Amino acid sequence: MKKRFVSLMLAAAMVATMAAGCGNNSGNSGSKDDASDNKTDTENVDDKEDSSGDDKTASGSGSVYYLNFKPEQGPDWVELAETYTEQTGVPVTVVTAASGEYEKTLKSEMDKSEAPTLFQVNGPVGLASWKDYCYDLKDSAIYKNLKSDDFALIADSGEVQGVAYVIETYGLIYNKKLLADYCALDGAKIKDASEINSFAKLKEVADDIQAKKDELGVNGAFTSPGMDGSSDWRFKTHLANLPIYYEYQADGIETTDAIKGTYLDNYKAIWDLYTTDTTIEPTMLSSATGEDSAAEFAMGEAVFYQNGTWAYNDIKDNEVADEDLGMMPIYIGVDGEENQGLCTGSENYWCVNKNASQEDIDATLAFLEWVITSDEGRTAFRDKMGFVTPFTTFGDDYQPSNPLVAAAQEDIDAGHKTVAWCFTTMPSEEWKNGVGSALLEYAQGTGEWDTVVEKFVDGWATEYKAANEE
Amino acid sequence: MQKSLKKYFPIFALPTLIAFTIGFIVPFIMGIYLSFCKFTTVTDAKFVGLSNYVKAFADETFGHALWYTAAFTIVSVILINVLAFAVAMLLTKGIRGTNIFRTVFFMPNLIGGIVLGYVWQLLLNGILAQFHKTLTYSSTYGFWGLVILMCWQQIGYMMIIYISGIQNIPGELIEAAKIDGATPGQILKNVTIPMVMPSITICTFLTLTNGFKLFDQNLALTAGEPSNMSELLALNIYSTFYGRTGYEGVGQAKSVIFFILVALIAVIQNKLTRSKEVQQ
Repeated sequence: MKKRFVSLMLAAAMVATMAAGCGNNSGNSGSKDDASDNKTDTENVDDKEDSSGDDKTASGSGSVYYLNFKPEQGPDWVELAETYTEQTGVPVTVVTAASGEYEKTLKSEMDKSEAPTLFQVNGPVGLASWKDYCYDLKDSAIYKNLKSDDFALIADSGEVQGVAYVIETYGLIYNKKLLADYCALDGAKIKDASEINSFAKLKEVADDIQAKKDELGVNGAFTSPGMDGSSDWRFKTHLANLPIYYEYQADGIETTDAIKGTYLDNYKAIWDLYTTDTTIEPTMLSSATGEDSAAEFAMGEAVFYQNGTWAYNDIKDNEVADEDLGMMPIYIGVDGEENQGLCTGSENYWCVNKNASQEDIDATLAFLEWVITSDEGRTAFRDKMGFVTPFTTFGDDYQPSNPLVAAAQEDIDAGHKTVAWCFTTMPSEEWKNGVGSALLEYAQGTGEWDTVVEKFVDGWATEYKAANEE
Repeated sequence: MQKSLKKYFPIFALPTLIAFTIGFIVPFIMGIYLSFCKFTTVTDAKFVGLSNYVKAFADETFGHALWYTAAFTIVSVILINVLAFAVAMLLTKGIRGTNIFRTVFFMPNLIGGIVLGYVWQLLLNGILAQFHKTLTYSSTYGFWGLVILMCWQQIGYMMIIYISGIQNIPGELIEAAKIDGATPGQILKNVTIPMVMPSITICTFLTLTNGFKLFDQNLALTAGEPSNMSELLALNIYSTFYGRTGYEGVGQAKSVIFFILVALIAVIQNKLTRSKEVQQ
């Protein structure tokens, strides 16, 4: 009897799961029906608009799915997409990958039948793994309105595979007020911020600020150079750009399969400076985050902060007033660096998924055209996202009010030579990770500088080979 | 009964069988196939033969993760089982509040691995900050952090299994031993442990495979830092697959190796402890 009861219960449980499964299925098919209903609805809308003679919505029944790379602007994109859907009826989905998770998200999303129609790569190296998925953008509005071909990723065959949509600048962001306070101190090494025009000067000032930090009311000259995943790219990628840039300059090349590491001593010098004249102990570096660093700067606890124009959103509306934000080049002690400027470039390229249906591709291209030509799109770029774009459609009226962008412009006006973003030629993420880990171990005292050199030079060659075989 | 079971077997088993095929068998076979391929997305793969396996074995981090995982598993299996058994012994003595204690010890098991990982990261970093160190300062901290975390999470669960084992020992056996003048140590060694051998089999199996397959806690606690030195096998596979362009197939190959390894160890362990079980 007992056994029978048990088997009855088991059977009941199984039937229940079965029913639940069926229930889900019917639910799904129901929602599918709904979706197709919606689709016909939007088609109707399109038809209506077509008949009213609006060319822009000729894209038909396609939809747009944008996998966004920049979490800072995630909500702004969603808002912009909603505006577009309201105006045209074309559904636009925006998904933002979490910081540092973009490649993972993209990889799994691209496998789905509803794959992103619009995605991003971070430059030539990032493109390598996705080039077979890129639609040729030669005839697209975003390419035609580009200021220069420098901002596009163009294959040897002439195909336009990616188009940059934001130009960014990074350098040493500094707190003008704190630096002025320092200059006013007795025995200050400089009388004005503009006197810092070389590594030697920067070090002198930073060391002095560090020594007088209590007098100045700061915790250190530089914000914490955290090596947590949210912050380590500032050093393993952005800071490493400088020795690479100078080496490329010296050798007259734009990319290489084997780096020599000519300027690695300079890299060491600036890294030593960052980790010595800072707010935390070197042994704490591994867990210090990007937020920590931004917060220290925003609260006026440190004078210098290596980051770029995008950091404005994180530091505004705090202790540091907008007019106190300045940006100076990262000096590493190379001859002639008085004329060195800030680092400007892009690592945000739009790519359109070739494998999407033609309607979706058309819808995506129409959406992008709208973004860079319509008032709504351009104001959103200017006011909410604070982007400087490489598109001709953005006149002087559409430059963002971001003081860091203004600082970048001042630097160009001062006649300084802009440093290119050579880090897009770094052979792989693995290379960056290797250098980053070695930097951290060197800084916290568990490793030697030689390891950094080895990862930098030998790692480049092996990673380049690994990434480019076949 | 037997007949009707046979008759209705397909009706009852089919849904589960379909789910099992879709959810397990198909991905498993696909995974094995993909380990011989080069691909970016899994639906679009190119056959390349054994090169993924060559790369997997040539990868230093894989070798490191292998022995690091082995060390972690050995330490955690011993600690978890010894402590869980000890707690189970204490909580079968009939002390006051036994049920509350059992509940409290079991609770950590109800919290998800990622959450636990982050919580313990905060706790341990808070303590280490007193010494100006952090959890990711060196892999030793990561190792012991992970051990503490796993003990905290698993002891309660294993304790429940041991308690049921201990409660199943017939009272007359222990009584007889006592009358014969056995010391508590002798009772433990000659009566209790042989009698709970089935529980030991289950518990060592669970802790062993859990240790080898550990992922969430590792990801949340240290994410393999510094320099992939605190990376266990599962995380190593994950970061190879997702972290390196062009290495998706290598990650896949590693996971096939990983599967064979875990299966092998589980089977051997089961054989070994099973042979020690006694019939009541």
